Amino acid sequence: MGATQRQDGIVAGRLSPEAYVENFTDAYPPLDPHEALVAADRCYFCHDAPCIAACPTEIDIPLFIRQIQAGSPKGAAKTILNQNILGGMCARVCPTETLCEEACVRELAEGKPVQIGALQRFATDTLMATGEHPFTRADPTGKIVAVIGAGPAGLACAHRLALHGHKVVVVDGRAKPGGLNEYGIASYKTVDNFAQAEIDWLMKIGGIRIETGAMLGRDFTLDELRHDYDAVFLGMGLSGVNALMLDGAEDRLGNAVDFIATLRQSDDLSRLPIGRRVVVIGGGMTAVDAAVQSKLLGAQDVTIVYRRSQERMGASRHEQDHATASGVRLVCNAMPVRGVEGGVEFEYTQETPDGLHGTGETFTLAADQVLRAIGQTYGEAPGAVLDLERGKIRVDTEGRTSIASVWAGGDCAAGGEDLTVTAVAEGRDAAESIHRALSA
Amino acid sequence: MADLRNDFVGIKSPNPFWLASAPPTDKEYNVRRAFEAGWGGVVWKTLGLDPHIVNVNGPRYGVIHGADRRVLGINNIELITDRPLETNLREIKAVKRDWPDRAMVVSLMVPCEEVCWTDILRDVEETGADGVELNFGCPHGMSERGMGAAVGQVPEYIEMVARWCKAATRMPVIVKLTPNITDIRYPARAALAGGADAVSLINTVSSITSVNLDLMAPEPTIDGKGSHGGYCGPAVKPIALNMVAEIARDAQTRTIPISGIGGVTTWRDAAEFIALGAGNVQVCTAAMTYGFKIVQEMIAGLSDWMDEKGYATTEDFKGMAVPNVTDWQYLNLNYVTKARIDQDKCIQCGRCYAACEDTSHQAISMSADRKFDVIDAECVACNLCVNVCPVDGCITMEELAPGALDERTGRVVEAAHGDWTGHPNNPGAVAAE
Ligand SMILES: Cc1cc2nc3c(=O)[nH]c(=O)nc-3n(C[C@H](O)[C@H](O)[C@H](O)COP(=O)(O)OP(=O)(O)OC[C@H]3O[C@@H](n4cnc5c(N)ncnc54)[C@H](O)[C@@H]3O)c2cc1C
Ligand SMILES: Cc1cc2nc3c(=O)[nH]c(=O)nc-3n(C[C@H](O)[C@H](O)[C@H](O)COP(=O)(O)O)c2cc1C
Ligand code: SF4
Repeated sequence: MGATQRQDGIVAGRLSPEAYVENFTDAYPPLDPHEALVAADRCYFCHDAPCIAACPTEIDIPLFIRQIQAGSPKGAAKTILNQNILGGMCARVCPTETLCEEACVRELAEGKPVQIGALQRFATDTLMATGEHPFTRADPTGKIVAVIGAGPAGLACAHRLALHGHKVVVVDGRAKPGGLNEYGIASYKTVDNFAQAEIDWLMKIGGIRIETGAMLGRDFTLDELRHDYDAVFLGMGLSGVNALMLDGAEDRLGNAVDFIATLRQSDDLSRLPIGRRVVVIGGGMTAVDAAVQSKLLGAQDVTIVYRRSQERMGASRHEQDHATASGVRLVCNAMPVRGVEGGVEFEYTQETPDGLHGTGETFTLAADQVLRAIGQTYGEAPGAVLDLERGKIRVDTEGRTSIASVWAGGDCAAGGEDLTVTAVAEGRDAAESIHRALSA
Repeated sequence: MADLRNDFVGIKSPNPFWLASAPPTDKEYNVRRAFEAGWGGVVWKTLGLDPHIVNVNGPRYGVIHGADRRVLGINNIELITDRPLETNLREIKAVKRDWPDRAMVVSLMVPCEEVCWTDILRDVEETGADGVELNFGCPHGMSERGMGAAVGQVPEYIEMVARWCKAATRMPVIVKLTPNITDIRYPARAALAGGADAVSLINTVSSITSVNLDLMAPEPTIDGKGSHGGYCGPAVKPIALNMVAEIARDAQTRTIPISGIGGVTTWRDAAEFIALGAGNVQVCTAAMTYGFKIVQEMIAGLSDWMDEKGYATTEDFKGMAVPNVTDWQYLNLNYVTKARIDQDKCIQCGRCYAACEDTSHQAISMSADRKFDVIDAECVACNLCVNVCPVDGCITMEELAPGALDERTGRVVEAAHGDWTGHPNNPGAVAAE
């Protein structure tokens, strides 16, 4: 018998083997064919549908749902993948409640949108289960493009470039491609190694080579790339994290993104240590994912502490509900002050027109593990001299940076929300821009 | 409380809901349970001569689904009863004995020879049944053998068989009509001429519901082949209502009692048939889709609605809509309406816009923030937007009062009735006096 949930400290093996399996299965199981047909029948096939505009990749949602209705889920998948080559991942991870489903007219009518995300997953899963890749590469153009970063932005860019017949070399500093699809997204959203399966499927277009373990700035420079390639796309994501000093708790303080990456790469969750009482500081998607997964790993008490009001949390209402339903407690309007014996001291806050202030009133939460999830930053690769905008690479509407023949997209580029689907849209659009430039 | 008791050509039943001659009335077990559930009467599944017919042993139904696999229409290639005559007669007698207050009508289909009809009528009389229905309707199988629709499509045969039957029995004779004919008034007139007490309609509509694209054969498919069947259910209700109205307003047939059949699924459908002149209704597909219990909704719904309207019996509103069924040429062309969109109900789907813009009169505008408005100067009042809007009551038609300007035509709406018969564009117009 290993540790239990009530054992103090950061220890592994708090749960039974079965509990780990059960906790880390699909949080939102896929629709079966019957459920998909019932769900598809609710779509009104709106004119100039608002859901399309609400999707950063502008998938023709009414069309793909009608294709499901009409018995062609594979055709539906092609409609989706035409716009969003990572439509399978997006179907799992998009906060649809703030995107397409929020715009659904049935959300307005009944407060119950058409299940667009789930239907998208049904269609793409159906196609991918066959192994078919419904796109064919154009004749080789003789051009070659470097893509830095194999996250959603880089992958979407690479696929679109390959489709147009260009040769693509994707370079990523980590051991596996996928970016946060592989290292960041909550495990219960993307079970069964889906990130790698999707990449294998995507690579079937041909013309793409992925090199892992090589870093821009460490192993080669941007100038070298510009010299060796016809164009360069930067999709490096956010490699830095915002700092948070917490005197007296350094030994218990970790970074939520690293915690999740370790969890995602673990092949034996029972060997992953977790605190009995975990406090997550932050209010976004990362905070929720870290908190929920702490709970799933067997932490007894998990609390998210956010410094502003609940309405201002970066995590959507749906995600907040997911957290609370998983047993996570939300504490808002409180900021950490210092670590104390066995816990962390917080001060309540108040939002005033001239900013956020502590009220002077404090409280202490018991904690043997503290995870900070207060945002990531663009960590500029050494030697790159790109114009920035609010700390990220400045790009125009096509993804062109301040340097000729260099494009950028995804989290590392300014503008747009930091979401998988936005990264895909930006990668795809940059590829079209590169293609136009190379064809000129 | 409305009194739903029904007297149809002397056949009494506690309510006007009968099960039509079909699988629900195919045997004693079904009919007893139907009566327990509350059905007012049944028309027993059509009897024929022995040796009894056989049915296919593969699928016999095809279907048309609406959203959520809601059954809109069923098509069948079933024939008449496939059990011995003796068995059916024995069961009919037993059920009638135990349920004296329910209507027991027996459907019949035998070859076009007088002796066949007189023989079977004698047998049926012995069961104590309340009446017979002559099945001149089935469009498949039996018609190939000179029965069913093959008789129903020839008015002279209808008249002849009806006359034989009336001469041979004390029981009321109802003639069941096929819709697979150009003008329903001819067979109805023939039934009347033959002395029939009533007509019932419609039987099923000849149809192929779908083609199996792998087998390249119609469905239902029997060993690679399919045959046309008979279509029924909500999809055929409009066809049935029109035929009932045609008979109810025809100068020659307006007096003949009608049992309305075709797509009756809720109390409202029944009320519509009765408003168009039917004395009662018969139901098949709704029972086949949802089971016998649906009659409880029909009874409660009809009763509540009659209470609301102040109708004591179905006779109070029977045929009330008939005078309002008219020919197109008499419709008032001075009646002008415009579509109106209730912005509070609008969910911004834009279906009205797509419909009007692409296929109608470009009379709906769409703003950048998805507000949809009717352009009166373009709206011809076709009603398409009302029909395609997914929200009940969101788009309605508003009548322009006499004296108001119709922005589309630039003319002031006239108070007086003005129809095609006096219209200047009508070459045969008769000038108004
Ligand atoms: C914990 C967490 C959970 C999230 N959950 C969701 C969610 O549920 N739904 C959602 O839509 N979004 C979610 N996001 C956001 C989403 O993952 C990102 O917006 C998206 O992955 C951005 O894609 P990208 O391609 O720009 O960057 P990334 O996915 O970060 O990929 C960048 C890649 O570049 C590589 N790289 C970086 N620097 C270099 C270099 N110098 N040389 C070579 N390679 C380099 C990295 O190794 C990485 O593989 C989440 C983010 C986090 C952190
Ligand atoms: C499977 C099936 C078998 C039928 N068999 C008969 C029959 O034997 N005799 C008959 O007069 N009508 C028969 N009908 C027609 C029905 O009695 C009825 O006229 C028709 O289905 C229309 O009513 P509905 O829309 O309520 O189903 C049959 C219908 C179905 C679906
Ligand atoms: S009634 Fe017809 S013409 Fe008028 S707005 Fe509606 S669809 Fe257009």
